[in-house]
Amino acid sequence: MEQKTKINAADGKQDLLITREFDLPLELLFKAYAEPEFVEEWMSNPYSTTKLLKQESKKHGSWQLESTDAKGNVVFRANGVIHEFIPNKKITRTFEMENTPFGVQLEIYEFEQLTNDTSKLTMHVIYESVEQRDQVLKLPFAQGINMAHNRLQDIIVRQFKIIYHDKEK
Amino acid sequence: MKTRRDIFQAMADPTRRAILTLVALQAMTPGAIADKFDSSRQTISKHIQILTECQLLKQEESGREIYYHFNPKKMKEIADFIEPFRKMWDDRFNKLETIMKKSS
Repeated sequence: MEQKTKINAADGKQDLLITREFDLPLELLFKAYAEPEFVEEWMSNPYSTTKLLKQESKKHGSWQLESTDAKGNVVFRANGVIHEFIPNKKITRTFEMENTPFGVQLEIYEFEQLTNDTSKLTMHVIYESVEQRDQVLKLPFAQGINMAHNRLQDIIVRQFKIIYHDKEK
Repeated sequence: MKTRRDIFQAMADPTRRAILTLVALQAMTPGAIADKFDSSRQTISKHIQILTECQLLKQEESGREIYYHFNPKKMKEIADFIEPFRKMWDDRFNKLETIMKKSS
């Protein structure tokens, strides 16, 4: 099966390319990045809620976002500066994960129309060093082991709820 | 338990990648591997040792000789290491697509 999201991370280089084709018109794809309420919605997941603390979509503007867990603890905070903001075309910004050793990344987002209903996003991320890039790439790999564990817990909890529910009926 | 050798670290070295490529074609003795390189036998032997510790190479005795075989199962782990990262973005983008479709 053809993969919709592709990652190109050449060996020994300090950047990576993420490409994705969407079943969305270009304007809607761009909106998902430009409008805070949409960013917050798609960046949130069952484990954490994402809020944009600041989003100045213009040259020299800055942004900051924060994710909190169900208990309200901050689990992730990132910020950066916007260098270019061209509607339906391009966003250039910096990205820094706060309190991590991953440094500042330069992110170049390019938005392209493919057909009236489809579009493409190319995300070029440049890291301070090869080592930092590789560390970031490996993060979900390491977390995957934890996630598998969490998922197992989730399944157990869910099954327990089903049993509990059946008893109540 | 902490593994002694990091498989990614093992793969990061160009000489070790070259050794893997050679052995992937056919099982080889340490001497035959070393002959393909300008480095000293000791250096190559150290590289082979690291690859063996990571289980990227397997030893097999044949008569008086030791042959090194390539372990494709371990290689699959390397090929897949970027997959969780890709999956993370794929999940995010799928969500983005669903949300934006609803909003149109």
